[in-house]
Amino acid sequence: MQFMLLFSRQGKLRLQKWYVPLSDKEKKKITRELVQTVLARKPKMCSFLEWRDLKVVYKRYASLYFCCAIEHQDNELITLEIIHRYVELLDKYFGSVCELDIIFNFEKAYFILDEFLLGGEPQETSKKTVLKAIEQADLLQEPRHEYFNVPVY
Amino acid sequence: MPAVSKGDGMRGLAVFISDIRNCKSKEAEIKRINKELANIRSKFKGDKALDGYSKKKYVCKLLFIFLLGHDIDFGHMEAVNLLSSNKYTEKQIGYLFISVLVNSNSELIRLINNAIKNDLSSRNPTFMCLALHCIANVGSREMAEAFASEIPRILVAGDTMDSVKQSAALCLLRLYKTSPDLVLMGEWTSRVVHLLNDQHMGVVTAAISLITCLSQKNPDEFKTCVSLAVSRLSRIVSSASTDLQDYTYYFVPAPWLSCKLLRLLQCYPPPEDGAVKGRLVECLETILNKAQEPPKSKKVQHSNAKNAILFEAISLIIHYDSEPNLLVRACNQLGQFLQHRETNLRYLALESMCTLASSEFSHEAVKTHIETVINALKTERDVSVRQRAADLLYAMCDRSNAKQIVAEMLSYLETADYSIREEMVLKVAILAEKYAVDYSWYVDTILNLIRIAGDYVSEEVWYRVIQIVINRDDVQGYAAKTVFEALQAPACHENMVKVGGYILGEFGNLIAGDPRSSPLVQFNLLHSKFHLCSVPTRALLLSAYIKFINLFPETKATIQEVLRCDSQIRNSDVELQQRAVEYLKLSSIASTDVLATVLEEMPPFPERESSILAKLKKKKGPGAVSVPDLEDGKREGGELNGGGERGPDSAAMSASNASTPSPSADLLGMRSAAPMSAAPTSAGSLLVDVFSEAGPAAPSAAVNDDGFLSSAPPSEDPATLLSEADELLNKFVCKNNGVLFENQLLQIGIKSEYRQNLGRMYLFYGNKTSVQFASFTTTVSCPGELQSHILSILRATKPVEPVVEGGAQIQQVLNIECLTDFSEAPLLNIKFRYGGALQNLSLKLPVTINKFFQPTEMTSHDFFQRWKQLSQPQQEAQKIFKANHSMDTEVLKAKLLGLGTALLDDVDPNPENYVCAGVIQTKGQQVGCLLRLEPNGQAQMYRLTLRCSKDSVSLRLCELLAQQF
Repeated sequence: MQFMLLFSRQGKLRLQKWYVPLSDKEKKKITRELVQTVLARKPKMCSFLEWRDLKVVYKRYASLYFCCAIEHQDNELITLEIIHRYVELLDKYFGSVCELDIIFNFEKAYFILDEFLLGGEPQETSKKTVLKAIEQADLLQEPRHEYFNVPVY
Repeated sequence: MPAVSKGDGMRGLAVFISDIRNCKSKEAEIKRINKELANIRSKFKGDKALDGYSKKKYVCKLLFIFLLGHDIDFGHMEAVNLLSSNKYTEKQIGYLFISVLVNSNSELIRLINNAIKNDLSSRNPTFMCLALHCIANVGSREMAEAFASEIPRILVAGDTMDSVKQSAALCLLRLYKTSPDLVLMGEWTSRVVHLLNDQHMGVVTAAISLITCLSQKNPDEFKTCVSLAVSRLSRIVSSASTDLQDYTYYFVPAPWLSCKLLRLLQCYPPPEDGAVKGRLVECLETILNKAQEPPKSKKVQHSNAKNAILFEAISLIIHYDSEPNLLVRACNQLGQFLQHRETNLRYLALESMCTLASSEFSHEAVKTHIETVINALKTERDVSVRQRAADLLYAMCDRSNAKQIVAEMLSYLETADYSIREEMVLKVAILAEKYAVDYSWYVDTILNLIRIAGDYVSEEVWYRVIQIVINRDDVQGYAAKTVFEALQAPACHENMVKVGGYILGEFGNLIAGDPRSSPLVQFNLLHSKFHLCSVPTRALLLSAYIKFINLFPETKATIQEVLRCDSQIRNSDVELQQRAVEYLKLSSIASTDVLATVLEEMPPFPERESSILAKLKKKKGPGAVSVPDLEDGKREGGELNGGGERGPDSAAMSASNASTPSPSADLLGMRSAAPMSAAPTSAGSLLVDVFSEAGPAAPSAAVNDDGFLSSAPPSEDPATLLSEADELLNKFVCKNNGVLFENQLLQIGIKSEYRQNLGRMYLFYGNKTSVQFASFTTTVSCPGELQSHILSILRATKPVEPVVEGGAQIQQVLNIECLTDFSEAPLLNIKFRYGGALQNLSLKLPVTINKFFQPTEMTSHDFFQRWKQLSQPQQEAQKIFKANHSMDTEVLKAKLLGLGTALLDDVDPNPENYVCAGVIQTKGQQVGCLLRLEPNGQAQMYRLTLRCSKDSVSLRLCELLAQQF
């Protein structure tokens, strides 16, 4: 996968994850173009489109569009399910997730994504394992658990 | 069950975010942000040291501002400080900031790398994972330099936690993608491959992405992964839907891993081990069977996951292209999907079938779905699906269904989306050309194309129809009649006027017998369109008019009248004005004979690859078009092939552009004859233009008179064919210049140059003695077949001087034309008297078939597609031989380039191998050739494989090249 974008129906970018090195300018250009293209599509249309030399896979959940760019040999359907699994993870973590959760806790959305996908490839597809990792980290936030933090030398 | 009360951690951040959300305007937002930035800056600069929490909060705010799209130019140092905090969440925010706002400040990078190093050696798995995530997210060269050697160790160490292994595998993958030279697997290879056997499904899932990428680049080193992948796949495929617990996704066991395993196998040919292969075929059959079972869930996630595996399995079946049974089953399965109610599945089925259409085993099976696909083209509501349907129709087209498919595409064009019209036009034009059995159908199709979608008909398309009409005299009359009728429509597209002008200018005489299309009627019809046309078209029409004067003297007065009127002869456009003046003058001064010569019918265009095809390839980008194999040997319509990128208009009809640069230069420009056509008088330049076009053909007609070729004088003594003659030949396979022969008396040097199917060779005969050579004669002969129809060697200059003085050198020029492919070499016989003794020697001239190569650049995808298309056993020639020369990379590259082919990088998955492609140009046809050279440094051996569209060429090239390395 080359990148993943989350944006709202109004075209506001909510999360961006780039797995290939690009300049900020390029990123902004790609985002603008792709948001426009995807928002212009009608609901019953298929979830895949050819875009530049990439394949774009997107799906809308409530007011949010999840949009991934993959390479030619990558599998479209399994990418659609990557999106779905990520949505499930967010949903489970926030308890029926909504756009506001992602806005106010954007850092958490990134952390969850990093546990699930790394370098654009699935790292851990088990929902339980991913959530366990995140919850453990949350526990470390509580001061009384601070001893967990002391590195073992 | 959210484990944490989010936002509690950083109340200030939440307040800031809601402030931003409450901003009514962009200006208000910027104001609020600037206020915040000033606040943060003062906190960071303040005397009071900030505690970890505040630092985390401010860094997080900066990150939020950046993600909103604003520039951030400070805070990096504070973020780096957070990395060394031992509070997990502070460290986490620090890493997130660094990952998103990568900074190239070297001091900073040193600090970051230090922090990462500490975390990697902390043995605290959560810290290690954070550090690895950061490396994977940034993936810079500097990080690769610092950590590429450390990470493989972490990956395979026995005591590494599973979660760390997963991060390490993908971290390494990212570094390998950015800096492959720094990631050396070496000793770790086998342990990494064995991660496929790991008990933890998560570890296997992460590791397989790494292994797939490494296998693509180093297939040989990783080939043990094949059997491991097959057994892993087999275990998953046969497991019950609950066996894998949390790795089962909507009743589908491990869909991500299954797809990746199938993908990995596509890096390799079918397994050689019978047992492994059997097991794999069984898996593929099971996957196909499961597709027929009733779904275990109605949820779309279930069917998506299941079908993702199915499509990946079909890709593998297509990749192997060796199991007819599986290919046909795959095709039937896709056929079902073509009518599925899910748009996504219809889209993917159309796409996947496109590749199936190019396999000989499934081509017929794909064709049975033609009605469904045509229906999709007509009824799909989503343009991207219709696009796929058009692609598939193009891919499944062959002689049997071409008329139907072309008709459907034409009628679709009338309503097609603007975004895909041009591509559709190119496809129709290509199919019409490729499968034209009768040329009237071809002409009808292209004229229809112009009528329906004239705006999208690029120059290549209308050039092409003219090239073909010029080259096929059986269609010229029909073309003239049809275009004449088309022009009668009250509104017709300008492209139609161009084609009409050109064709009537050349072949209007063929329909002039009918009073309804008498010369004057034809002229009036053309001229009625004149005023509506753009300058280039008007220029073309003027040329058509002058041709009319030649074809039909009775129109002369009318046409001169038109040329003479002010709107022509004083036209503000310099090109039009010049044409009018020159043509008027030419028609009044030149005698009928001169006129007839100057305005003679256009000679046929040289046969070349269709320029439209080239355009389509360019438009779609490499790999995107599954072009029906235009270059294959079985092409019956081959003779249809006409001129190349040069438009037909550029030749005789562009008479006057020589001295005046015009805006229409690119339409009218004469590339090859440019220097000659700069002649001062315009009438003169017209002549030159016309003749220079006929140039290549002229000498071949004139040359045989001098008897050089056919009537070699009977020799007095049988010449001794030099024993090392073949060595000489071999010496010049990869180079064109050098010393061909040398003894005590004589040195023969050679310089040669080749373009397309023509070559010119300069021979230099040097007398090494101080005594003159008398009766010096040279004869070039073509032994056996070579003489009659293989290679014509023409002497361009006069015969060599009969006397070569001592120490002098004389030169001879040979022109060579390759008619068809050949394997013998022409002989050069030299006779002279030296001090009374007759010297007689014969050598082979180093003219080898590879000299007529034109390099062809192509992508990996194209290469392998063509490679597959040339899969008939006799098209391939292979040799395994011992290295005779240095195996040095640069030397090999130089030789391969000298061969005349294009040396393709990044095609062969193994970087050690060399892959080349080229087209051999002969007069009658083009032979596509693909070459693969696999050196084995240890064994000092090579394996050389050639695949050409002509069997004899594969054999000959293989023979020639085996001597070169």
